Amino acid sequence: MSQEIKQNNIAFVIGASSVGTLIEWYDFYIFGMLATIISKQFFPADAGTAALLSTLAIFAAGFIVRPFGALVFGRLGDLIGRKHTFLLTLIIMGGSTFAIGLVPGFATIGWAAPILVLILRLLQGLALGGEYGGAATYVAEHAPAGQRGFWTSWIQTTATLGLFLALGIIILIRTNQGVENFSAEWGGWRYPFWISILLVGVSVLIRMRMSESPMFTKLKSEGKTSTNPLKESFGKKANFKMVLLALFGAVMGQGVVWYTGQFYAQSFIETVCKIDFIQSRNIMLVAILMATPCFVLFGWLSDKVGRKWIMLIGMLAAVLTYRPIYKEFINITSAANRTKIVDTRLTSTMTSYPIYDAKDKTKIYLKQQTDTTYFDGSVFKYYRTDTIILKAPRDEARPITLINPDMIRYSSPNAHLVVEKTMGNEAYWDMIWLVFIQIVYVTMVYGPIAAFLVEMFPTKIRYTSMSLPYHIGNGVFGGLVPFLGTLIVEFTKTSSNPAGDSLAGLWYPIGVASVCFIIGLLYLTNKIDKNVMD
Amino acid sequence: MNTIKKLLGYVWMLIAPCIILFLVYEAYDKISKAPATLQSNVILQWVIILLIFTPICVGFFIFGSYASKGEYDHLPAASSEID
Repeated sequence: MSQEIKQNNIAFVIGASSVGTLIEWYDFYIFGMLATIISKQFFPADAGTAALLSTLAIFAAGFIVRPFGALVFGRLGDLIGRKHTFLLTLIIMGGSTFAIGLVPGFATIGWAAPILVLILRLLQGLALGGEYGGAATYVAEHAPAGQRGFWTSWIQTTATLGLFLALGIIILIRTNQGVENFSAEWGGWRYPFWISILLVGVSVLIRMRMSESPMFTKLKSEGKTSTNPLKESFGKKANFKMVLLALFGAVMGQGVVWYTGQFYAQSFIETVCKIDFIQSRNIMLVAILMATPCFVLFGWLSDKVGRKWIMLIGMLAAVLTYRPIYKEFINITSAANRTKIVDTRLTSTMTSYPIYDAKDKTKIYLKQQTDTTYFDGSVFKYYRTDTIILKAPRDEARPITLINPDMIRYSSPNAHLVVEKTMGNEAYWDMIWLVFIQIVYVTMVYGPIAAFLVEMFPTKIRYTSMSLPYHIGNGVFGGLVPFLGTLIVEFTKTSSNPAGDSLAGLWYPIGVASVCFIIGLLYLTNKIDKNVMD
Repeated sequence: MNTIKKLLGYVWMLIAPCIILFLVYEAYDKISKAPATLQSNVILQWVIILLIFTPICVGFFIFGSYASKGEYDHLPAASSEID
């Protein structure tokens, strides 16, 4: 009976902690998922790649500030308790996410738009910095000895499921609204931000019903809580060296593997392979759904065989296979590797229509779309936009139905060529498996890591000590994967190779994970700490 | 094994400043080559990168220093060893 009550209690603890953490991840990731649209809304229209990089930088700023959140809220958690601290982080996260959805675009308020978004993004990062360590510590401190890996692995699923929820909601809204409405200044892309306030409200109500961690309560009743967690965590060499070991021997590699598998993969599929918006996200959704149970599997396994080897094998597999996997993405989606259906009457459709420039009456954009279907069912859409400058301003009362060559002063053919691919069934599933493999690596490195970190540090400074390396590893090393990956590819662009080396961005996660693997292999122990009460 | 850990400690200590120097060199190179229209964006990117990675490299140097002194030869098995 007592065992049953304990199981029910831990199930409630896991459920209540996980729902809140999942929502925080959701809030944090919708920004990344919508980076392309946000760059258009909050930056000048003609900024192009610079705007995207700036948005990624704002996205990265949210990650960079996470370690500071870890310090601020970790300290609070070790001083006043786990429960109230991660209740506070949830409210800050929900409020700032909702507010991002209310910021007018660059077209309305100019540079105030990106500045406001940056401030709110920093608040999101601070809140997340305090959330995860609290939830992981809270669950681990409730978990029975010998099952800590298993129970904390449920918390580990929340980051991936938060991403899943973000992707799902975005796809749902975009499919219902259509591209135009979704991407407008006050369009559907704002809804995922607004929905957050409802999710957070529900989660706050659930968390209010939770009680404080038993270990923290015991320490508090005995008057043994830390008076200065920051000083004790980072001022004492004996603990600080463990913080450094946790960062460089485990979390740094785990962070880059996580963000490569779940963020860089999506960005690569969309921007390099040119898979259309919906299909690229569907690929991620299906792969995430299939791989998520592995978090619990590896968490459970880590209770049996130790945490170290599972994490290191995941890291090594990532280092060795990232380049072949991404090369395969390019091969699968290449037009050169598939057979076009020869009968063009059946397979190629071409539509052409003019778009009038609202400000310049002499400018017309001629948009042309060609759809090419291949034998495997893949459809590649080629969008070509030619700019036509007329000799005289057009008469708005009489729209031009046929552009006569005599009217044209200047025309720039192939000025802007865009490709959008929808893959056939076989190629689609091949891509899902390639993402799935990467997410299995994620589950190997991430599933056991909460238990691993909790066991490294004493109760009285656990929240502070484990939060900082976790958020430097994930927030900084991991969070910068899309930004630095994009930047490294930019560096490889030359006049003779304007597209650059699309695989070059992988050197960053491969390099970081390699160093982390060597440090983890040599310096970490595989021993499971049976007693985390001390 | 402990000897390898200590020797590698010196390698980590060497790598840390090398990374900082490499980043500073790259920052200078990329900023000077950036077209005027993108200059402020490129500067912002590199300031972010340098501000983030410099303290991390300092931490990596300290990690190497601890390793070279044999601080990781034995890892604490109980919190009393940390206190």
